[in-house]
This record gives sequence, C-alpha cells and structure tokens, in this order.
Amino acid sequence: MNLIKHIGSYLLLMRAVISRPDRWRIFFQRLKTELYTIGVDSFGIVALVSLFSGAVVAIQVAYNIDNPLLPKTLIGFSTRQMIVLEFAPTMVSLILAGKVGSSIASEIGTMRISGQIDALEIMGINPANFLIFPKLVAAVFINPALIIFGMYIGIIGGYLIASFTNLLTPDEFISGVQLDFESFTVFYSLIKTAVFAIIIVTIAGFQGYIVSGGSIQVGKASTKTVVYSSVLIILFNLLLTQLLLT
Amino acid sequence: MIEAKNISKFFGETQILEDISIRFEKGKNNLIIGQSGAGKTVLLKCLVGLLEVDAGHVDFDGRNFSSMGFKDRRAIRKELGMLFQGGALFDYYNVEENVMFPLNMFTHQHIEEKQQRVNEVLKRVNLENANKLFPGELSGGMTKRVAIARAIANNPKYLFCDEPNSGLDPKTANLIDDLIVEITEEYNMTTIVNTHDINSVLIMGDNISFINRGKLSWQGNKDTILIDDNDELNAFVFATELTKRLKK
Repeated sequence: MNLIKHIGSYLLLMRAVISRPDRWRIFFQRLKTELYTIGVDSFGIVALVSLFSGAVVAIQVAYNIDNPLLPKTLIGFSTRQMIVLEFAPTMVSLILAGKVGSSIASEIGTMRISGQIDALEIMGINPANFLIFPKLVAAVFINPALIIFGMYIGIIGGYLIASFTNLLTPDEFISGVQLDFESFTVFYSLIKTAVFAIIIVTIAGFQGYIVSGGSIQVGKASTKTVVYSSVLIILFNLLLTQLLLT
Repeated sequence: MIEAKNISKFFGETQILEDISIRFEKGKNNLIIGQSGAGKTVLLKCLVGLLEVDAGHVDFDGRNFSSMGFKDRRAIRKELGMLFQGGALFDYYNVEENVMFPLNMFTHQHIEEKQQRVNEVLKRVNLENANKLFPGELSGGMTKRVAIARAIANNPKYLFCDEPNSGLDPKTANLIDDLIVEITEEYNMTTIVNTHDINSVLIMGDNISFINRGKLSWQGNKDTILIDDNDELNAFVFATELTKRLKK
C-alpha cells in the first residue's frame, strides 16, 4: 500500500516537474549551471573508472583467451564490445547515481527543511519544475556525453595494457577495436544512458522533495536515492537489453 | 484586507485549528500570538496556501483564495511577500540575486531597473554593502533583513512574517520589528506577523489575535493586551519573570 502511495506521489511530482518553465531565461541559466554541476564535475571520476575498467577488461579477456587458434585481435574486439555495451553505460551510471543522485537529494532535501521550497511556492513558482526540470534536462543531455567519453577512455585503458604488457601488441588491439563495428551498439548504450539519467534525477528529486524533519532525514533521502536508483538501473538495464538487443 | 472565515484544520484525527475567523486590516500590523504548539504556524500556512483548510476559507480582498486553482492562486501569490523564520534565502544565490529573484520571475524590467530596485530595498533595510555576500556569510539579523528586502522587492500588497525575530538578540529584534512597522506603513500593506515575543507585540500590535489550543481566544491591540482579564491571555503575556515583576 505504501509502495503504491509512493509511486502515486512520484508520478504527481513528475507531472509538476515536466511542465513549461515560468521563465525560459531563468531555466536556461539554471540549465547551464546544472550542465556544469552534473556533467563537467563528473568527467574526472568517469575518466578514472573507465580507464581502469578498460584495462581490467582487456587483461581478463586476454586471460580467458589462451587458445592459439583464436586471434589476439579478439581481445581488442571483446574489450570494445564489453565497454560499449555494458561497462560505460551501466557502470558509469551506477557511479553517477552515487555522485549526482545523492547530491541532488541532499540539495533539494536541505531546501525543503530550510523553507526554501515553501518560499518558492509562496511566490507562486512551481518548485518541482524550477528545481528538478533543469537537472533532468541537463542529465539527459550530458550523461550520454559522459558515457561516450567513458567509452573512449575505457578503450584507451585497454590500449595501455596492450602497450605496456606482452599480452598483445597495440596494433592487434587497435585492429580488434575496429573489427566488425556496429554503430547500433553505441546508439543502444546512449538510449540506456538517457533512461538511467531520468531514473537518477527523478528518484533523487523525489526523495529530496518529500523530506520532512531534519538533517538525519536528508541523509536518509540521499541513501535511499542511491539504493533505489541503483536497483532501478539494474532492472531497466535488463529490460532495455531484452527490448533492444533481441 | 485578508479574512479568515471559519477555518478548521485537522492533521489525521487531531484538530489543530477550530473555527477561526479573523479579519486582517490593510495598512496595519496584524499579529497572531500564542504559545508554541497553539496552531499559529498552521494558521499562517493555511492563510498563504501552504496547507489546505479542511473547513472555511481565506479571502484576499474579497477573492476566495481557498477555492482557487494553482493559476489563480499564482496571481495572488505575486502580490504577497513572506518572511520565513529562518529567512529561507536561496543558498546558491548571493544577497543581490536573492532580492532580485522575484523581479526576475515576475517582471519584465530591464536589468538596470532591477538593479536599482534591489539597491533601493537593500538600502531600506540598512544593508547597502552586502550585495555580493552569500547567505552562509550573513549573521541572523542580516539574514532577516535580506529576507525582508526580498519580500518587499516586488511591492507586495500582503506581507506575512513567521517569527520575524526568533533567534535574535533583543536589540536586533527591535530593529527588525521597527522595520516591519515602518515598511507596513510606507507600502500600505496588510501585514500579518506570527510571534510569541511580547516585546514585538507591544511594538507592532495594531490588531492582535490570541490563539490558544487551536481556537481564537482573544482579540485586541497593544493597548488592551496588558489590561484584559482573559486568564489564558494573562498566563501567556505574564509568563516571563520580567513581565511578572512589571505586573506587580
């Protein structure tokens, strides 16, 4: 019963979020700030995670392909496929659920308990739209860019393994990366990323928006955001993979 | 003028406000007083529409606010300013941006006009050199003054103040009270102040409504409050050691 009530509240909030902004100029100002906060500030962590993931994937594939009949280029091919299809969109989105999601939940939760949301409402402004919509639009646009960046860095991670170990040569790795490339795999990843971005921002916005009480509740809202959005990302990952790849 | 007509409010099974009718006059400081938990804040939230009333209605100059939808309420909300207990300044904006916010949202003024208005109201609240400070850098009194400046920036017809001098030292509290009295007169606003501070009551109380256990228990002004024989009111007014001694 409580779950149904929460889903209902979430949907009502989303109806308020997805509406025409009161002032487009203010919306674009806030969008610019959110693009920076959600996107630019996350490039570092995405680069770090992607670089090491790409390197680890390359080593693991090399470890599992010890049959002399299989060409070494397969390591580059498998690394690319794993990074593009799964590691970049899903793993990076899970990291962003922790970094961006918890930050949004605490920001909006703190605004709720300090009366800033009430202040917006009394001024006749739709607070849900004013606060959450720019974050949602920013995440839907910038997260795919982060994931593309993550893909490149992940492949560079694999290339560095090829360069500094004797598992394969850099040329073999590059040939593998270029082998049988289907652009749809990138498109599939971008669709997943956009859906995950919607999950991260709306769950975080909802958890922050419904906070009541004090700082402990704000902390709990952040934790719930990370847990719920991670679970939903994993569920939607399966759903979208089934829908788009079979 | 704002009128609360037969307002009742329940939280679950508990009745918080019971059949409250009050008329808040234009150009005057209308005070809602009562001890903590009496229902003052709930009443204020019902008046501004942050809480929906379960019975009765609120009229803003004859316009039934309680039965309006979001769009109609929005038109009235543009005409009101509110000073929150903690100030409720937007953390990501500096003082100037906070005060300019209602102008950005509701006017089509040129940036220079808005800047001029911001400087005017900041000067009015004696904060001339604080434009670029962020809320975290302000003292309690400064925060309240910025909140007042933001509330009056768009020339509101109605001003709501929730515990305007809570957490302030007596001298700063007096300054805030004086400021509210002055701007109410200057802008000819309907001002509603929610307080439990007797000093504020004696400075500002043109019209006073005493709420006790969710009911309107007494109405009067700063001249009659000290001489009335309402026991519940006297227990509230003469609760501090200072007021007890003064009474003796």
